[in-house]
Amino acid sequence: MKDIVEIRWHGRGGQGAKTASLLLADAAFNTGKYVQGFPEYGPERMGAPITAYNRISSERCTVHSNIYEPDYVVVVDATLLTAVDVTKGLKAEGAIIINTEKSPEEIRPLLKGYTGKVCTIDARKISEEALGKNFPNTPMLGAVVKVSGVVPEDQFLKDMEESFHHKFATKPQVIEGNMKALIRSMQEVQQA
Amino acid sequence: MGIRDRLSGNEAVAIAMKQINPDVMGAFPITPSTEIPQYFSQYVANGQVDTEFVAVESEHSAMSTCIGAEAAGGRAVTATSSCGLALMWEMLYVAASARLPVTLACVNRALTGPININNDHSDSMGARDAGWIQIYAETNQEAYDNFVQAMRIGEHKDVRLPVMVCQDGFITSHAIENIELIEDDQVKKFVGEYHPENYLLKKENPMAVGPYDTAAYYMEHKKQQAEAMKNAKGVILEIAKEFEALTGRHYGLFEEHMMEDAETAIVIIGSSAGTAKQAVNELRAQGKKVGLVKVRVFRPFPMQEIAQALSKVKAVAVMDKTESFSACGGPLFAETRSAAYDLKNRPAMINYVYGLGGRDVRVEDIEHVYAELDKIVKTGETGEVYRHLSVRE
Repeated sequence: MKDIVEIRWHGRGGQGAKTASLLLADAAFNTGKYVQGFPEYGPERMGAPITAYNRISSERCTVHSNIYEPDYVVVVDATLLTAVDVTKGLKAEGAIIINTEKSPEEIRPLLKGYTGKVCTIDARKISEEALGKNFPNTPMLGAVVKVSGVVPEDQFLKDMEESFHHKFATKPQVIEGNMKALIRSMQEVQQA
Repeated sequence: MGIRDRLSGNEAVAIAMKQINPDVMGAFPITPSTEIPQYFSQYVANGQVDTEFVAVESEHSAMSTCIGAEAAGGRAVTATSSCGLALMWEMLYVAASARLPVTLACVNRALTGPININNDHSDSMGARDAGWIQIYAETNQEAYDNFVQAMRIGEHKDVRLPVMVCQDGFITSHAIENIELIEDDQVKKFVGEYHPENYLLKKENPMAVGPYDTAAYYMEHKKQQAEAMKNAKGVILEIAKEFEALTGRHYGLFEEHMMEDAETAIVIIGSSAGTAKQAVNELRAQGKKVGLVKVRVFRPFPMQEIAQALSKVKAVAVMDKTESFSACGGPLFAETRSAAYDLKNRPAMINYVYGLGGRDVRVEDIEHVYAELDKIVKTGETGEVYRHLSVRE
């Protein structure tokens, strides 16, 4: 299972980190991959730190544990950088993707000497401009796909549009905004 | 053939229920099984099934509803976890002894306390002597496949027992993974119509269900119940063969992984078996002769078959995802060690209680178990028999 990609999501309850991990699993599934998307459950409440995971591979992965040495870490809320050891076990050849208006250079000193790639994306700004509200998970999903290359970009956008049409069948006005948020985040994510 | 999808274990079981379209569902929500009646109630509301959904005020009533429906000749299902199963306790025995083939989706969760919502097997393992058939799943696929097979097993005229279809809470119930579903009409054809021979509302032969049983007959009835459980073994295999013909997916009483020439082995139930298979594969790549037995059917317990599977290994670790406070090991250990007693060359055997209350089970944890077995083989000393895995001292 050399080709397996493992991703760990850090967010706060209510921000949609779990939903984003399930959407990524969906996107990868649509390209023919074997996927796992699962949250780590505890006494959850709004605003508490939560963790979710993805495994994406070309053969079925039978492992059912959490992920301790991820290839990618996604931080949906930058206030977690000082509350949770987000780079724990993160592979140096991988990357961390953080929702912040700051640049990778400004963020790196907070990452306890992590030597791998640091990526930042202002998901809040993109979401507020594209959707009128702060729903950071859609732009974060776009940034993860861009940085990890785990799903081909064109196919990802096509699949997401279809799934938004399905998910938002009763409120089609938000589909365009969600697509805009995805595309903008794929263009604007900074990598260093 | 087959519909490729990605689903959580809970949604997969709810879909199996939808495809079966039972007469009655009696259910009360409890984490982590809540999604099953939640999804199913949507199917009811959408008219995708014509099941009578009975929203009850407790699990005791949920099981009582199923018992009433089955006694009247209907097909009844429910879903629960942990304290919910505990609250059904009294009625579990009633369903089994009245020989009513209720099908229960048990999403395994620790049985409080301290309060905990995560996975272990203390709920269903506590109910192991209630007279229910118990089938366990490693994956969402197995949870779905087992549920499709369960009714045929329970309703078989040589069995007539309720069936508990278990999967690991959150680990498979809430994880999205690939799955292959069977077409609706194929499931309906496989499961078939239920025509019980006798039931409460049969006008040609009205009968009483669940009356007082005197000492003059009680033993005979219990013996019949025990015989039914013995018969279930063969029926489970028969149904599995039919299921394989339909889907190509093979099921037995247990699964053997790399057991042909194994010198050490672990015996395990549920989702951690998948993690353990990865450990086996990695150790095999290093030339270590390790194997694994994953128990699918715990009730009836496949005693002779498991003994046979372990007859050539030198050391075995039996993994219990529950503590039974016997002061000498968990329930799977007790059964497995008892099974091995009749072997000419018994392997050394130890027990690990592991993964309680959602304690994560990693590939390295399982590798540690094999390393301990290695030590036993090398030194000839079994050492402490009753152990706990990955516990801080």
